[in-house]
Amino acid sequence: MTVTSLKLLSEREDRYVEGHRLCAGCAEPIIARQILMATDKPVVVSNATGCFEVSSSIYPYTSWNVPWIHSAFENAAPTIGGVEAAYNALKRKGKITEDIRFLSFGGDGATYDIGFQAISGAIERGSHFLYVCLNNEAYMNTGIQRSGATMRGAQTTTCPAGTCVPGKREFPKDMTKIIIAHDLPYAAQASPHNYKDMIEKAAKGFEANGPAFINVVAPCPRGWRFDSAKTIEISKLAVETCIWPLYEFENGTWRLTGESKRIAGGDRKKLPVSDWLKSQGRFGHLTKEKWSYVAEEIQANVDKKWEELLKLCKQ
Amino acid sequence: MQNVAMNGDQAIALAWKQIDPDVVAAYPITPQTIIVEAFSEFVADGLVNTEYVCAESEHSAMSLCIGASAAGARVATATASAGLAFMWEMLYIASGMRLPIVMAVANRALSGPINIHCDHSDAMGARDSGWIQLFGENVQEAYDDSLMAFRIAEHMDIRLPIMTCLDGFIVTHSLERLETLPDDVVKKFVGEFKWKRSLLDIKNPTTMGPFDWTDYYFEHKYQQAEAMKRVPAVVKSVSEEFARLSGRKYDLIEPYKLDDADYAVVAMGSTAGTLKEVVDGLRAEGKKVGSLKLRLFRPFPAEELARTLEGMKGVAVLDRALSMGAAGPIFPELRSALFETSKRPRITNYIYGLGGRDIKPEELRTVYDQLMHNQGETVNYLGVRA
Repeated sequence: MTVTSLKLLSEREDRYVEGHRLCAGCAEPIIARQILMATDKPVVVSNATGCFEVSSSIYPYTSWNVPWIHSAFENAAPTIGGVEAAYNALKRKGKITEDIRFLSFGGDGATYDIGFQAISGAIERGSHFLYVCLNNEAYMNTGIQRSGATMRGAQTTTCPAGTCVPGKREFPKDMTKIIIAHDLPYAAQASPHNYKDMIEKAAKGFEANGPAFINVVAPCPRGWRFDSAKTIEISKLAVETCIWPLYEFENGTWRLTGESKRIAGGDRKKLPVSDWLKSQGRFGHLTKEKWSYVAEEIQANVDKKWEELLKLCKQ
Repeated sequence: MQNVAMNGDQAIALAWKQIDPDVVAAYPITPQTIIVEAFSEFVADGLVNTEYVCAESEHSAMSLCIGASAAGARVATATASAGLAFMWEMLYIASGMRLPIVMAVANRALSGPINIHCDHSDAMGARDSGWIQLFGENVQEAYDDSLMAFRIAEHMDIRLPIMTCLDGFIVTHSLERLETLPDDVVKKFVGEFKWKRSLLDIKNPTTMGPFDWTDYYFEHKYQQAEAMKRVPAVVKSVSEEFARLSGRKYDLIEPYKLDDADYAVVAMGSTAGTLKEVVDGLRAEGKKVGSLKLRLFRPFPAEELARTLEGMKGVAVLDRALSMGAAGPIFPELRSALFETSKRPRITNYIYGLGGRDIKPEELRTVYDQLMHNQGETVNYLGVRA
């Protein structure tokens, strides 16, 4: 059984510790600590370039209490694949005896865009690792530029809302489904507000006996323009509006989890997308009459994707 | 010792088989392909204990090598041309992290236009990446360099990645006589690879590849430069040890009939072999000429070159690559190496063989003729239709 009781979790060794320089309200350290709590096996971590990497490893300091490697932006997956290859070789030669788990962290830039091919390759090769995408829906480390994960209508510094253009024109790519198309043992979407759901998923990912992928919504106060005290509230809202459904794909079976399961079962209300758009400054321009059609299109798209997911999960 | 007929790629795969590295991760590209194909067969037949990873690109191949090396594995890979260019970002990271990765480079032209044949543009594009670069002349050297490379890269005075370069097709695909060493001799020579503190040392968790501000980056780069300075001594000692096993002597440079020569032509790779033939012909005519093969390009053996070429009347540098808008890459470095010498020869540059254009003995003879008659521009082109 996966340990999810707060009392027991609080007794686990901290693998990601104080002193990092991430912004107040950043979701990333919250997510990372939840993920790292999900196994009591030794873990080796690779990290793509991004906020999480630069803020946790400023030489000669480190927040990492486990072996950790950063090499470049687009290659967290093959980097940990190399570590795993070394592990397999050295284990075969009797030079290593421990049972180790392998984990990669990458932002949405590293995952959806520049590192897409590398992740696909690592999953196709059947590497035994858990890849966690810290999805804050833009290139936050370089100052909030659009990514393939940025929502339609959101403002970033490379898709600003102007007089002619309503922020990002395109819908984000559905990375979780693209990963699932690799037919890997385990993939899921998670949110830091539901730590129990996240830890259960990470535990499954660590023990998947093959590649596993968890896409986690990671609200960014600076990039999304909200009060840094509201990170957990915003991540919950992403699930409640069905913009970020919680679900998992386990050995071929799709399953809704957490609040999403309850929404599908009628035990919980599906909130309108307008609640989401109102909660963040990056969508502020959409309240203008001129761009009202964009808000409607986002709602229509969320509804369409939600219905598709319900069918896949046989709800 | 055993005599076999092999091409350069097969010879490298054989060397790796004898060494049995922990991890090989690679992506196939002409003319390196035979290395990874031959090695795959060793894996398929259980003749090696290596964890072999077929990457989906060269960028990922080098990323895999970096992860594996940081985790304490002995690692080898191979590439060429566009593949090396695609790795470019990762080359600096491999050397910056002081990872002793061994990489065979089957030298091939860079696109565009796309061309699969030999020149040195690929390796020259990586000359500033902090990798040691050895250039072999023939199949035997491709094999020997592959054995010595692990010892050089893994030496505790150095801990830097190394490229063993060989001319695409000319060496990679040519069948030549190869003298191999017995497996146990190779194993003993290469020895066990030991890491001080690897990523798999879970009791001593290490942060690798951290973020350097302005306060540390420069010092780390300086340490790398200092490690590079220690390379020539290690190349010499490893080569001497290898000579005792094999009877084949190597050094940083290989002078040929230079002792009493007035004129010398300098080259890297297979052309150095053709030059010896041309020198023999000219010597038979009583001309006081010789040639020089540059084996180690990075670090650049400036002192040895200066000592060897000082006092000559003329030196021509053959470059199988071109820095557009400047000259060949070897030329300015060699000229700079000779600048402080008291008896400085006249030095000219010849760009040749781009995209696999054949270099003929008659053409090399022309270079000597021009040298001996004080002719030729500073930078010349050999064998091109202007």
